[in-house]
Amino acid sequence: MSGDVYVLGIDMMKFGRYPEQTVPELGGQAALMALDDAGLTIDQVQALYCANLGQANAMVGQRILREIGQTGIPVVNCANACAAGATAFREAWISVKAGLYDIVLAVGVEQMGRGLLGGNRADGISTEGLLGSATMPAVFAEAGMEHARKHGTTFEQFARVSVKNHHHSTLNDRAMYQLETPLDTVMGAEMIAYPNTKLMCSVNVDGAAAAVLVSERKAKQLGMKRAVRVRASALTSDPWQERDLVMADVNTCTRNAATQAYEAASVGPEDLDLVELHDCFATAELLHYENLGLCPEGEAGAMIESDATALGGRIPVNVSGGLLSKGHPLGATGIANIYEIATHLRGEAGKRQVAGARLGLTHVLGLGSACAVHVLERVSP
Amino acid sequence: MSDVRTATVPRPAVPYLRIPPDADPYLVGTVCSRCAATFVGARKVCSRCGARGGMGTMALSNEGTLHTYSIVYRSFPGVSVPFVSAVVDLEGGGCLKGNLINVKPDPREITFGMPVEVVFRDAGRRDADGNAYLSYFFQPRTAGGGQAR
Ligand SMILES: [Zn+2]
Repeated sequence: MSGDVYVLGIDMMKFGRYPEQTVPELGGQAALMALDDAGLTIDQVQALYCANLGQANAMVGQRILREIGQTGIPVVNCANACAAGATAFREAWISVKAGLYDIVLAVGVEQMGRGLLGGNRADGISTEGLLGSATMPAVFAEAGMEHARKHGTTFEQFARVSVKNHHHSTLNDRAMYQLETPLDTVMGAEMIAYPNTKLMCSVNVDGAAAAVLVSERKAKQLGMKRAVRVRASALTSDPWQERDLVMADVNTCTRNAATQAYEAASVGPEDLDLVELHDCFATAELLHYENLGLCPEGEAGAMIESDATALGGRIPVNVSGGLLSKGHPLGATGIANIYEIATHLRGEAGKRQVAGARLGLTHVLGLGSACAVHVLERVSP
Repeated sequence: MSDVRTATVPRPAVPYLRIPPDADPYLVGTVCSRCAATFVGARKVCSRCGARGGMGTMALSNEGTLHTYSIVYRSFPGVSVPFVSAVVDLEGGGCLKGNLINVKPDPREITFGMPVEVVFRDAGRRDADGNAYLSYFFQPRTAGGGQAR
């Protein structure tokens, strides 16, 4: 019985392109920002959980400590596709929850190339474009078209997700883009994989984010004023489905993680003030409205049309600009989403502040599949 | 299939494609004797129910229906676009992803649930040693359900 776990410090660097910096430099920068935010130093940190995909076999966490302080603490390096950052955060949360440590650090960092992600290589010949497509835009287009099949969701409804999220990021100077994209611009952009146009695909950027998690005892000692309580942490993989060897199931693992998180936090989707969810492609965002219980089955298309998920709406989604416009540095994304929610709960989100935000949810989805959901709560009255 | 039976026998593009010397190519799958789950390709353990034995080999059907798709306009260098990336549920079990051919790459021409058949063709690409490969494709099934090739 060690009580709740709190985020005491959290920060992210502006997402963008930093080819002149190394992955450990980027991660180290975010780690120091988070430590400063918590008013702590690296000497006080008892363990580091680090998420990165591009150099997953190259001890990124230890190399971050070589940048900011080699104190000899345990380091765990996590790779879990696009859920890696949230997985590192959760491992950090588990270690404090278990009573093992009082102060731990979670860092997510990624340096990305440009262009298409995904694809595959057979031993003999490449199968991309021979056995359909394994590129991410096509995979998430197929998932969106499955929703269109069931509920009649339209290209235009999917495109509206991008209009909204690009608009949101004009209010976020940490986002890659601050650029309005009207509906005809989104729909008229280069078609990548129908129904996802180029403006409906997340942006490949470099970036890093970090969080300092502390025990209740330590939070009380250091000051609760800006602390954010972790009400729930859930991580799932995809249970067996008839098609999942061909078509990774992004829905069931999200539904399971959401159910577990709501249960653990004793809250429901109706209690949330805002959500940051995994809009890796515009098609994905609509699926997750239903997967997270933000609207009834089949009503995601109507929900985006009603502006309920825009800033000022009933349940704002991806006020940061989302992966579509803030950018998607794979390993950093899960912690950057938590940063966004924490910033609103602290009342520090400036122009894009969701008024009076008390409870928020983050969701990330790693294809293949891993889903992480966190529920976060404001502490100060 | 005489067009692909040239001087040398092509290799299968996927491990679950069988090319018998004197019969039509076909796809193989596995069925679990405990829970009846079907899988494309060979396997020893059932990932649905965890059964470790009783996995039987089955020939997959060449007929199925279109579950979902995307029309791919941007792919990797050298891949000709657009093409239709399709997910097809086979009759009698099994689910495959592949290219849907002989249909216009236009959402107005493609219907969810449309009947398709599995056909086998030269993959149109060779490996580093110049070997030819046989692959499977989907095409719309004619109203009569004929297997015209
Ligand atoms: Zn079974």
